[in-house]
Amino acid sequence: MSLFPRKMRVGAGVALALIAMLVLAASGTKGLASDDAATNAPAGSHDVKTPKRQAWSFYGPFGKFDQAQLQRGLQVFREVCATCHSLKSIAFRDLAAPGGPDFSEAQAKALAADYKIKDGPNDAGDMFERPGRLSDYFPWNFPNAQAARAAFGALPPDLSVIAKARTYHRGFPLFLVDPIIQYQEHGADYIYALLTGYARSEDPNWNEYFPGHKIAMPNPLSDGAVDYADGSPKTVRQYAKDVSAFLMWTAEPKLEERKAIGFRVLVFLCVFAGLLYFVKRKIWARVHDDAGGTH
Amino acid sequence: MSGHPTYVPTHPAAQWLERRLPILGLLHSSFVVFPNPRNLNYWWTFGGILSFMLAAQIATGVVLVMHYTPQASLAFASVEHIMRDVNYGWLFRYAHANGASMFFVALYIHMFRGMYYGSYKEPREVLWLLGILIYLLTIATAFMGYVLPWGQMSFWGATVITSLFSAVPFVGDSITTWLWGGYAVDNATLNRFFSLHYLLPFMIAGVVVLHIWALHVPGSNNPTGLEPKTAKDTLPFHPYFTVKDGFALACFLIFFSWFIFYVPNYLNHADNYIEANPLQTPAHIVPEWYYLPFYAILRSIPSKLGGTIAMFAAVLIFAFLPWLDSSRIKSAVYRPLYKIAFWAFVVCAVLLGYVGAQPPEGVYVLAARLLTAYYFLHFLVILPLLGIYEKPRPLPASIADSVLGPPKEAIHADANPAHPRKSG
Repeated sequence: MSLFPRKMRVGAGVALALIAMLVLAASGTKGLASDDAATNAPAGSHDVKTPKRQAWSFYGPFGKFDQAQLQRGLQVFREVCATCHSLKSIAFRDLAAPGGPDFSEAQAKALAADYKIKDGPNDAGDMFERPGRLSDYFPWNFPNAQAARAAFGALPPDLSVIAKARTYHRGFPLFLVDPIIQYQEHGADYIYALLTGYARSEDPNWNEYFPGHKIAMPNPLSDGAVDYADGSPKTVRQYAKDVSAFLMWTAEPKLEERKAIGFRVLVFLCVFAGLLYFVKRKIWARVHDDAGGTH
Repeated sequence: MSGHPTYVPTHPAAQWLERRLPILGLLHSSFVVFPNPRNLNYWWTFGGILSFMLAAQIATGVVLVMHYTPQASLAFASVEHIMRDVNYGWLFRYAHANGASMFFVALYIHMFRGMYYGSYKEPREVLWLLGILIYLLTIATAFMGYVLPWGQMSFWGATVITSLFSAVPFVGDSITTWLWGGYAVDNATLNRFFSLHYLLPFMIAGVVVLHIWALHVPGSNNPTGLEPKTAKDTLPFHPYFTVKDGFALACFLIFFSWFIFYVPNYLNHADNYIEANPLQTPAHIVPEWYYLPFYAILRSIPSKLGGTIAMFAAVLIFAFLPWLDSSRIKSAVYRPLYKIAFWAFVVCAVLLGYVGAQPPEGVYVLAARLLTAYYFLHFLVILPLLGIYEKPRPLPASIADSVLGPPKEAIHADANPAHPRKSG
């Protein structure tokens, strides 16, 4: 006879598995992704490469954004992406909100004031321009989608939730593993791969990760294009990494809060379920005893 | 059910109420002293889990409606508003969106439990039919709910499914125009789906009441499929099953929370974070995972009308189970061949789901056709014939015997007290 009844061992097994899953996810992508370019996927009919998983600070149950990285990513967005793309859902006040790039309110105000915001009508019935305020949203360089389409031949998508709107195929059986190891960063990995995937210098619209390879967006990044103040490498890879992280934040600004609450909820539920289990055993023990104790 | 002590209120307020509306007595006889078979295993806890999930979906949904805008040009942005600016809006939305999936997880387990243990058989046919009605209402509710965020998959999923009605001869186009409120999926469609998505859960709640009523007439089935004969076969609902259901619910919530807090978008489609665009069709239009087997069946028939009929038939055929299954033995525990057929059907359904998520090309087309054929073969040929040719294993004398072993004087040297969980 073993020391514990069968059901208790099952319960302990489930608890251990849960802890193992948390540890697995928490231990992150350490052994996983180097900054190297991706592997060639057995992609069947298309020879499109599969993005490679990158190490992200926001991965896993205790993941958090790297504030310095988000600030660099914002810089890349403002100096490169914003030439064409909008970021409709992000307000300047978000830059100073917890769990984000961690600007002070004064910094966010100053940043907002750099932008001219169209407002109005005023008392005279005229529209006017004024400096941006915290409550304003990132303005776009184009008055409407048609104007952008006329300028580029295609509409540059809004980037607010792009990190959740893009993904790549994981295939069987990896798609079953993803929820267990908490892999949710397909979008960030895809954006990083795309931005580093302009592999043919003679064709700026050829990308090894884009389905069909011909992407309307020509290679937007080049080494040294953005002048980082914090001494980070001024390379395409670093820019791509930072802006991908930034776009994950714009897509999921409550990520840190979500994971922090989630851990507390899980701890509570595990303790609660454990207590309920022992209450249940105690109550049911009466029946088993009455019946002659066959358990 | 005979033999419950009647409810005797002690508190004066309870006595006052009970003389005027005996609702406390009704609750007492239904959820306190109600006799349940003592051998119910954990597969029987999903009814309670489903009740919880329905209440949770309604509660989170009511809050979401306070901040959502059902207007085609504003809906997508209003969801982002919920995610960013509403206090704990992200939690309500992720709980609601993943809650729909959890509802189907529990629903499918509940249904398959009923199929494994023959819970649809006499005298529980009406109970089963009410369950199927709940399933149909749930399918409709979830389908319309998925349209509300007005993403690409919302829009194109709605277009594909509502277009199916155009396959109806003669009046098909009129029906789709009527459903859409126009000549395409547009604002009018969104508005009516929103209205119905709010209405249907309350209809589900009403049918759930009928479902529980129909359950409490014959009482729960159990892993042996035998009906309770003596008081030894049953235990009162409280505390035995309240605590067991409560423990199971807490475990289910751990599973649920994992999705809400750690992988909230796993069960969603990335394309649904792109705002609906009627001019741009996504490369692959895929429904939510809980519809995938039926989607595979739809696409496996190379005719629009035929596919539509097959898809609806695949859902509705569950309603005919009580009459398609010819065996008088309820539980698969005592039906060796049915047990194999049951698991084969489970595998078939899961594979159909996988195929439904793949592009309809190459090997997947053939696989979908074979699996669809087997799906219907299970209901229309295997189940009716199995009852005739199968030789069931001997049944225990009573539920109590199956748990505790036969009475002492009847124990043989080789009699092993069969635990229901081990024998199932």
